[in-house]
Amino acid sequence: MNQLHAELHTWSAVAAIVLASTTGDVLLSRAMKQVGDVAALWRRGGVLVVTGRVLGNPNFVLGILAMATAFYSLLFGLSWGDVSLVVPAAASLTFVANAVAARIFLHEHVDRRRWLAALFVAAGVTLLAV
Amino acid sequence: MSLRKYLVLLGVAVFSAIGDSLLSRGMKAAGNLSLRHVSEMILAVLHPGVALGILFLLAFFACYLAALSWADLTYVLPATSLSYVLVALIARFFLHENVSLTRWLGILLVAAGVGFVTQGPALTHRPRRVEEIPEPVSMRPQP
Repeated sequence: MNQLHAELHTWSAVAAIVLASTTGDVLLSRAMKQVGDVAALWRRGGVLVVTGRVLGNPNFVLGILAMATAFYSLLFGLSWGDVSLVVPAAASLTFVANAVAARIFLHEHVDRRRWLAALFVAAGVTLLAV
Repeated sequence: MSLRKYLVLLGVAVFSAIGDSLLSRGMKAAGNLSLRHVSEMILAVLHPGVALGILFLLAFFACYLAALSWADLTYVLPATSLSYVLVALIARFFLHENVSLTRWLGILLVAAGVGFVTQGPALTHRPRRVEEIPEPVSMRPQP
């Protein structure tokens, strides 16, 4: 594999990770909001009720599929590129993508403080990769 | 926010940092993967370093789901980004990598982001469940 080829491989893995993990995060967040506070549920019904509710949620199953896609993209990315590039690049882009997706799909109130937090973390993670 | 909830957030950060580090070391030992050898790719998860990393990532996932059950996605993600700082520290003290000035600056920025978001509310939008009485329109965050 030559240099350009390897870089192209690495960045397509990064793109796949960002897309899949944002989809997964949004679906999992929606699923867990539908399930409700797991600690309260645990106290009321025990671990089996919690597990059953979580595993039986369609959004959870779809979220896991998306996360599995992201995970295998990460394995590929790690075998093609440096961990110090792949992990921070995918992570920092995912922070920004998630802030946008959470606002649109989860109707979260992403105020200035949260935007700043997402951008600071994304910038910080990028610097960690330098 | 109770102490228990902060501990769950800390668990998310610690478990994912250790899991990622183990996974990265294991995958390097497993060698280059190729799309042509799917069986090799699947067998890679049996490598001891990778398997242990996956165990830690499972613990991370349990904490992550618990956190998402009572907090917004845009709260949980920045709040748990402390894991990147931890990864840098692991790289510095266990893998003996050199942590440059830019990396320390990166650590500072991540920490600032964590500080920002944890000062705000954890939950801003509660999806309505069937048994709940609808809240007045004025209470909902305006777009």
